[in-house]
Amino acid sequence: MEKLENMQDAYGETLAEIGEDTRIVVLDADLSHSNRTNIFARKFPRRFFEAGIAEADMIGVSAGLSMAGLIPFAHTFAVFATGRVYDQIRVSVCYQNLNVKIVGTSAGLSDAHDGATHQSVEDVALMRALPNMVVVVPCDSIETRKATHAIHEHVGPAYLRLNRMPVPLIWKSEDECKFEIGKALTVREGSDVAMVASGHPVGLAIKAAEEVAKEGISVEVLDLHTIKPIDRESIIKIAGKTGAIVTVEEHSVIGGLGSAVSEVVGEGIPVPIERIGIQDKFGESALEYGELLEAHGITVENIIAATKRALERKKSNEMLCEV
Amino acid sequence: MHSQLVVNSLDEKALIIRKGILEIMAGGKRGHLGGSMSIADIIAALYFHQMKHDPKNPDWEDRDRFILSKGHSVLAQYVALAELGYFPKEELKNVKKLGCILQGHPDRIKVPGIEASTGSLGQGLSIACGVALGARIMGKDFRVYVIVGDGESNEGMIWEAAIFAAHYKLDNLTTITDQNRLMASGGTIVGSLVPKWRAFGWEVIEVNGHNMGEILDALDKAVNVKGRPTMIICDTVKGRGISFAENVSGFHHCSLTPEQHEAALKDIQSKEKD
Repeated sequence: MEKLENMQDAYGETLAEIGEDTRIVVLDADLSHSNRTNIFARKFPRRFFEAGIAEADMIGVSAGLSMAGLIPFAHTFAVFATGRVYDQIRVSVCYQNLNVKIVGTSAGLSDAHDGATHQSVEDVALMRALPNMVVVVPCDSIETRKATHAIHEHVGPAYLRLNRMPVPLIWKSEDECKFEIGKALTVREGSDVAMVASGHPVGLAIKAAEEVAKEGISVEVLDLHTIKPIDRESIIKIAGKTGAIVTVEEHSVIGGLGSAVSEVVGEGIPVPIERIGIQDKFGESALEYGELLEAHGITVENIIAATKRALERKKSNEMLCEV
Repeated sequence: MHSQLVVNSLDEKALIIRKGILEIMAGGKRGHLGGSMSIADIIAALYFHQMKHDPKNPDWEDRDRFILSKGHSVLAQYVALAELGYFPKEELKNVKKLGCILQGHPDRIKVPGIEASTGSLGQGLSIACGVALGARIMGKDFRVYVIVGDGESNEGMIWEAAIFAAHYKLDNLTTITDQNRLMASGGTIVGSLVPKWRAFGWEVIEVNGHNMGEILDALDKAVNVKGRPTMIICDTVKGRGISFAENVSGFHHCSLTPEQHEAALKDIQSKEKD
């Protein structure tokens, strides 16, 4: 059995650890239990602030706290942490280039029960478009811990996207996960097709890679945990090495990782790309997270099919070239 | 009570600000005239009397902070900052020119003395709440001053900040409403502000926003309020000082013809004391 761990638990624990830095202040918009910021709140009650259900004000207050020399971490569900407060992040945080950390929880479809209003399928697209913003999407609880330390050390605006459900561990230990903002990590080596993924879909990509390996297809898997600044070098390198790419994300295929990788590849080294993700649709309620992912096509089977399509396109391109 | 000498000298500063705004708008350059004129007296009171700050050291840690939430009225602030020496007065000729530090709205990164980049209305008060709360956490005793517009007060975020400031008892925060009763397209629809702010738990002071003595008394009074933030509602006239522009929303954002410019300057100069 694979080991499952919750990213938000790992985040909450790490936040309480880095809270030893007395410049850190934590704000939450009435979701501190769910967001696990309550761990920090118990340990450092004087540096925890309940903003109430007033997300716009929470972002503005965070900007002001940063101006006063503190390092605010602001929390709510990803859908509210980005779309609801887009202009506040744009003007008060990014335009002013302030050291504010925005943590979007229950991201993607992971709040399965609550339905479309609570499911963020476009948050990465929104945050990626903002100058000065760093966008980090960790794949498991270990990478979440590393990413939390990294955004703390980074000076400037950052968005951290977290899944609310227990997800498989990709990394064995924090030592093994050589996390650095903007540097993609290779989790499996291969030569025929490259899979580029972020979030827990990195795990789906690895499973798909193992499956197609049985048919003799060699797949490299890249954990692209930082969507911005994007690691051009690694993407160009694997595009050159494999000649075909499959992107996998729990986000709309418009504007997220699939788009970002396509931009880099299109400008640098055009190769066939297949994008697995949410197909320009809103989410919906489901009793099981797994069945919701399946309904939106984020499955090992779909990744396998996309891998074969990408391989076919690569081969027919090669034949055209030979003609 | 402030001495007549102080009041007179600040009234003069307000005239300098108004003339400076006109100078920036010379040659038909468009600008937010109405709202800049309505805050000129408040800006003079804050920068030339009330706030502790040091133009030679704009980043001085213990300075009072001023945030112009109604950022479009920045012309008044630019003139005051130039007069104080935050940047050379010659820069005022270049307002909004490509490459100039003086943008159409306040920019904290480009301009010494500007504390917050504002202009997307409704955001300045929340920022000010954060700075005021930050001051408390850091054990600093500086004050935070904000000007919001009455038109801007339609923004929901203003009232989110109102709740936050009252809940966290931000008594180091003085907010001033420039109540000129006009938006860009006509009369404000926000209704009576005094009962609203009182209901939100703020200390509320009402003054004539063009009476220097009243402005100064209110600013002093706010400093001594404990346990809650203060709102000073300043009754003002949009376009104040230019007879043909007063209370006309068409002069919210406008350019002036050479004839209008000359008449406006005459109006302002006629207020100068010998």
